[in-house]
Amino acid sequence: MTALIQIRELSKTYRRGNQPVPVLLGIDLEIAEGDYVSLMGPSGSGKSTLLNLIAGIDKPSSGTLLIGGIDIAALGENELAAWRAANVGFVFQFYNLMPVLNAFENVELPLLLTNLSKAERREHVEVALAMVGLADRMDHHPNELSGGQQQRVAIARALITDPTLIVADEPTGDLDRTSADDVLNLLDRLNGELGKTIVMVTHDPKCAARARRRVHLEKGVLLADADAEH
Amino acid sequence: MLAGYVLRLAGKNMLRHRLRTGLTLAGIAIAIVSFGLLRTVVDSWYAGAELGAAGRLVTRNAASLSFSLPVTYAERIRRAPGVRAVTWASWFGGIYIDEKHFFSQLAVDASSYLNLYPEYLLSPEQSAAFQHDRRGAVVGRKLAAKYGFKIGDTVPLQGTLFPGNWSFVVRGIYRGADDKTDENQFLVHWDYVNETIKNTLPAQAERVGAFIVDIREPTQAAAVSAAIDSSFRNSLAETRTETQKAFQLGFIALVDTILLAIQTVAYVVVLIIMAVMANTMAMAARERTREYATLKALGFRDGFVAMLILGESLSLSLAGGALGILLTYPAANAFHSATRDLFLIFQVQPLTVLLQLAAALLIGVSAALAPMLSSRRVQIVDGLRAVT
Ligand SMILES: Nc1ncnc2c1ncn2[C@@H]1O[C@H](COP(=O)(O)OP(=O)(O)O)[C@@H](O)[C@H]1O
Ligand SMILES: [Mg+2]
Repeated sequence: MTALIQIRELSKTYRRGNQPVPVLLGIDLEIAEGDYVSLMGPSGSGKSTLLNLIAGIDKPSSGTLLIGGIDIAALGENELAAWRAANVGFVFQFYNLMPVLNAFENVELPLLLTNLSKAERREHVEVALAMVGLADRMDHHPNELSGGQQQRVAIARALITDPTLIVADEPTGDLDRTSADDVLNLLDRLNGELGKTIVMVTHDPKCAARARRRVHLEKGVLLADADAEH
Repeated sequence: MLAGYVLRLAGKNMLRHRLRTGLTLAGIAIAIVSFGLLRTVVDSWYAGAELGAAGRLVTRNAASLSFSLPVTYAERIRRAPGVRAVTWASWFGGIYIDEKHFFSQLAVDASSYLNLYPEYLLSPEQSAAFQHDRRGAVVGRKLAAKYGFKIGDTVPLQGTLFPGNWSFVVRGIYRGADDKTDENQFLVHWDYVNETIKNTLPAQAERVGAFIVDIREPTQAAAVSAAIDSSFRNSLAETRTETQKAFQLGFIALVDTILLAIQTVAYVVVLIIMAVMANTMAMAARERTREYATLKALGFRDGFVAMLILGESLSLSLAGGALGILLTYPAANAFHSATRDLFLIFQVQPLTVLLQLAAALLIGVSAALAPMLSSRRVQIVDGLRAVT
């Protein structure tokens, strides 16, 4: 069986003025469908950069990046946007909810890019919010919710279009222990019950322990998997 | 569907910083009101000039100024809607001593003419003396001074249009009510001239050069003129009715410069608010860099984000513009009553409202341009890293 994500010789170099800043130096990585991978490493090692490439919001400098067999680096701007809308759910460290929209509207947002009717959208949103335990907070705005609640709204938004892949960049980085546990429990369920492939960036070992597989980055280079599951 | 969504989001974003939105709205509204008022000042000035001091119309033969009209037209003109009073006058065209001593003379309807020219100030006694003497004349102060005419003097005139040797007796000397009033008129009785020429020039009897029409509502000048002319359409002599331009040419040149300055200020005000609004939108868009990047990550296209910015900018500018247009009417009324003597009419013209709307649109679009372009340029990953 071929892996959902196939990465070969992937490099990324940023430019700061005329100065090239190499961040990823030839990454090779495969992630199977349904896997739950944590990307670990010190700050500045390139974790977010790698995650952004996988999520299709940044372009590699060289190498190949196939997701579900699609070379996403070759897609045009609009094709890539459509691909993301259909295939990727995003969870950010600072939630990134729209402050002017309530919880319901925030979760509904990605569905505006689909052909679903208003009634169908409502149904989907209600199910997703119930799943993250916020059915009673639908008309609350982000500033009326705690950090943990906001992140759960964000998770509902990430799963609303039923994407294959969920990417999470330090999803518990801004949360207290209890809220972090809630979020991690939710990610467990997304992976275990719904079969979502999850790639999560974290530098917290406790957090990483929840994943099925841990991958270490060090100065743009991938170290061997931390454990022998694979 | 997305368009409706864009507008709803724009509305919500506007409510985000109520103070900033309120100030921006007020700024746009004030600019639009000022623009409208200044334009109305200019319009009204020209409209007032068109109307002349008393809002009189002149009805003459449509074919040519030198052709006359039957005096019987007076009744029909009087019945036209909006007409308050009618009088008439004919060029007399007599020669005083010789052709070097030129001044114009008018044969007027003595009983009504002076009523339509209240700016010719004449004492009641002199006025009565003029009415009672069929050979009487009323002379402007400047003309009287030039030729030394005094009350009781006989002025001989040699007829040109109306043949014969005529003589008139000065019964009144009028003063102008203001600087703009013509003090060089020489008015005689049309009745007397008419009676006399019934024998000598029967073809010109019972005919007049022009009717002067006083209307109730100066703003209705165009409608009343049209009504008068249409009532004589297909008559033997068709008419042309126009406003009397009691405006002195030398004055126009000076006023034109002032009006040009006012026009310029009107546009400068719009330019200033364009700059202010562009700054406001740039600030708002910069604050939302991370939100825009998030939307793009979720799969919304660059165009959607651009529309969000444009939608917000236009909502703001059009709301401010609408407020400004609505406020222009009470502002114009207040301005008019504060400057009662200056403008005969002071009305916001439809074209002004259209220009106000266009200005609001321009303010909205121009303010959105730079943020729209920069939102396209910002990479998603950079936008997500933006601190707010
Ligand atoms: N858009 C960018 N432009 C320039 N340098 C960048 C950019 N994004 C990341 N970097 C640099 O790349 C390196 C890795 O960043 P990142 O992937 O965010 O690290 P991590 O998530 O592991 O902390 C850092 O040195 C960072 O400064
Ligand atoms: Mg990072």
